[in-house]
Amino acid sequence: MEMLWFWLVSVMVAIYVVMDGFDFGAGILHLFVAKSDTERREVLGAIGPLWDGNEVWLLAGGGAMFLAFPKVLASGFSGFYLAMFMVVWTLILRGISIEFRSHIQDGLWRGFWDGVFAFASILMPILLGAALGNVLRGVPVDGTGYFNIPLFTSFGVSNPVGILDWFTVLIGVFALVTIAAHGALFLAWKTEGPVHERVKGAARLLWPLVILLWLLSTVATRTVNPRIFSAFPHAPLAWLFFIVYLAGLALVFTGIRKERFLLAFLGSGAFIIGILATSAACVWPVMLRSTLDPAYDMTALNSSASSHGLSSGLGWWFIGFVIVLCYFANLFRIHRGKIKAAADGDGY
Amino acid sequence: MGDLLFWHRLQFGFTAAFHYLFPQLTMGLALLIVVLKTLARRTHNERYQELARFWIRVFGISFAVGVVTGIPMEFQFGTNWAQFSRHSGGVIGQTLAMEGMFAFFLESSFLALLVWGEKKISAGAHYAAAWALFIGSWLSGYFIIATNAFMQHPVGYTVGPDGTLQLASFWRFVLNPWAIVQYMHNMMGAVVTGAFVVAAVGAFWTLRKTHSEHARLNLKVGVITALLASILVAFPTGDMQGKVVAKYQPVTLAAMEGRFHSGTFAELSFIGQPEVAKRKLENPIQMPGVLSFIAYGTFSSNVKGLNEFPEDQWPTSIELLYYSFHIMAGLGTLFIALMLISALLLWKKKLDGAKPVLWLLMLAFPFPFIANTAGWMVAEMGRQPWLIYGLFRTSQGPSHLVHPGQAVFTSLGFAGLYVVLGLLFVFLVMREVFQGPHHTAAK
Repeated sequence: MEMLWFWLVSVMVAIYVVMDGFDFGAGILHLFVAKSDTERREVLGAIGPLWDGNEVWLLAGGGAMFLAFPKVLASGFSGFYLAMFMVVWTLILRGISIEFRSHIQDGLWRGFWDGVFAFASILMPILLGAALGNVLRGVPVDGTGYFNIPLFTSFGVSNPVGILDWFTVLIGVFALVTIAAHGALFLAWKTEGPVHERVKGAARLLWPLVILLWLLSTVATRTVNPRIFSAFPHAPLAWLFFIVYLAGLALVFTGIRKERFLLAFLGSGAFIIGILATSAACVWPVMLRSTLDPAYDMTALNSSASSHGLSSGLGWWFIGFVIVLCYFANLFRIHRGKIKAAADGDGY
Repeated sequence: MGDLLFWHRLQFGFTAAFHYLFPQLTMGLALLIVVLKTLARRTHNERYQELARFWIRVFGISFAVGVVTGIPMEFQFGTNWAQFSRHSGGVIGQTLAMEGMFAFFLESSFLALLVWGEKKISAGAHYAAAWALFIGSWLSGYFIIATNAFMQHPVGYTVGPDGTLQLASFWRFVLNPWAIVQYMHNMMGAVVTGAFVVAAVGAFWTLRKTHSEHARLNLKVGVITALLASILVAFPTGDMQGKVVAKYQPVTLAAMEGRFHSGTFAELSFIGQPEVAKRKLENPIQMPGVLSFIAYGTFSSNVKGLNEFPEDQWPTSIELLYYSFHIMAGLGTLFIALMLISALLLWKKKLDGAKPVLWLLMLAFPFPFIANTAGWMVAEMGRQPWLIYGLFRTSQGPSHLVHPGQAVFTSLGFAGLYVVLGLLFVFLVMREVFQGPHHTAAK
């Protein structure tokens, strides 16, 4: 039961990264690939109807973690206190920049929100990547199940650690580039004309960089947390997801070469889900690794809610999940095809 | 440590109060948009359709601010109230997770269709999107109220081997009697807000002599809805809420009324200043027996005063609790009076020319926001000194390793960000109100 919830939480977080990832990717790129107001509205039109639903995966994933692993949520959220509020404020800025921009047709107003949108979209993947880096590196959680670390200390990976050090920043940069490359493929799929040509160029530029950073991050992770790699050979799920993400990567490059961008976008989704799921399979059952003593590790087994709570939650969760899939199928069906900014100024 | 608790409470209280300004409007408007679109379909009056479009635009702005200010609330359970989350997540995690799965996904996947999609989908599908937003936002309300109700009156839990609270009965927890009463009272309060705003815009256009047809329909729908909701928020739902408080939180009831001594034929105080140190209510203007009747249904019932309870069970800010309750109840009474007069004039077809009443209607719209905020302050300060009533004190709940330097930093950050958000919201909505309904004419 704990294992099932561990995977449900991991999968929801991975879906969040893939889904909201293309929103952030669009935000990172839009200043560069969309020059005029019409072009920017094309980019916003592609993600506008979707971003809010995508963001809910984060809240739903957080909710699932609250339900199943309240001790991990309490420890992690209060431990990463300042970084958490940066995430929250970034999400606030991103949300209103998309929603408020379209209300007034004025160059300054729209330019301002374009800037806010880009800023928030660049910051968020770095924060998410750094968060993953912290989970992989570990935090000084003690026997009481709590910790609190500053944003940065000496940028080294040994105690006293901070949220940002060379390793977590590296993972943050890897996330930023990957999310930008992921967003480029989404936009390449959904747009045409000059925007399409520019994002194609961006995708060709970014994906080799993703490979480079991926290799660097893998080597770095090995030095920071060797336990992950010793677990890998004995975790069949890790092998499975490893294959998923290699296949995803192959699809990305095939898709780009053959100009089949839906295929490439699905490949990059598989790459992201695969890489996160492989990490999850290797760290299982640890959710918060202690840098003080492995005995203090907070795991899915020692930090979960009661089995009655977990089984009650499972019943409604599956019903909810099926309904949610229907919503998204409907949403993508209605907004299928290439996006054109409405000539009468309606919409994003 | 005391300092830290203060900042955690201030931050949560401020961000929650600010956040709830928007959901109360969107939950109220969601119902009114469904009403307007239903009327449009029934009467084939294009004005209703145009009004619905106008309110959907206001709804969209308000919803966006509601979403972005709601995210911090979810995070703050973990960031600021870690010990509380650890202690009770095994129970309240259920409703908070359900809100995401059953309400947020529903709202978010239909929002863009409602706001921007009218030309993309059929009229029937757009009508369905309005219903989806109504159902989604009202469901969301229930999950939050059920979570709060557990803190007010914990049921359906058991204490686990490590001392934390765990779910014992899902249905007892979700169908907490406190939740059902509080939900009805709260939702009627939200409809009051939405309906007052609709009526105020109708009065504004009428007084400015613009959009006269839309203004008339705004007034009609707004005033009738506001009258019904103003009555329902007081009776039966407010009355039921009062009786639940009297039953499960008698010390809170005493503090709400500034009542220190016990006795039969308890007085309802209309006004007066509680002097807690001397344990008396100064300058009271009271009506005997009414409090007994409200709390227990007979004029002669004994209503216990604060003197009967040890001081460590007393709510921590009795003065603010007392005023919050009286502001809420006083405003609620005025709402009924104003809407009775307006409805009477509407029925006599004289409302359009009744300038003083139109001025009152136009200027009245902030007061339901105040009344709703005051109502939540009664609920939350009345719960003190408990975080989970009778089980877990507020002083046990905060993230103890977060230091005041961090909490003050984030509190100030929120203050700055929310001032900007509030100004932008007012600016954008005022712009819509001045432009009026015509410019959205579709098809």
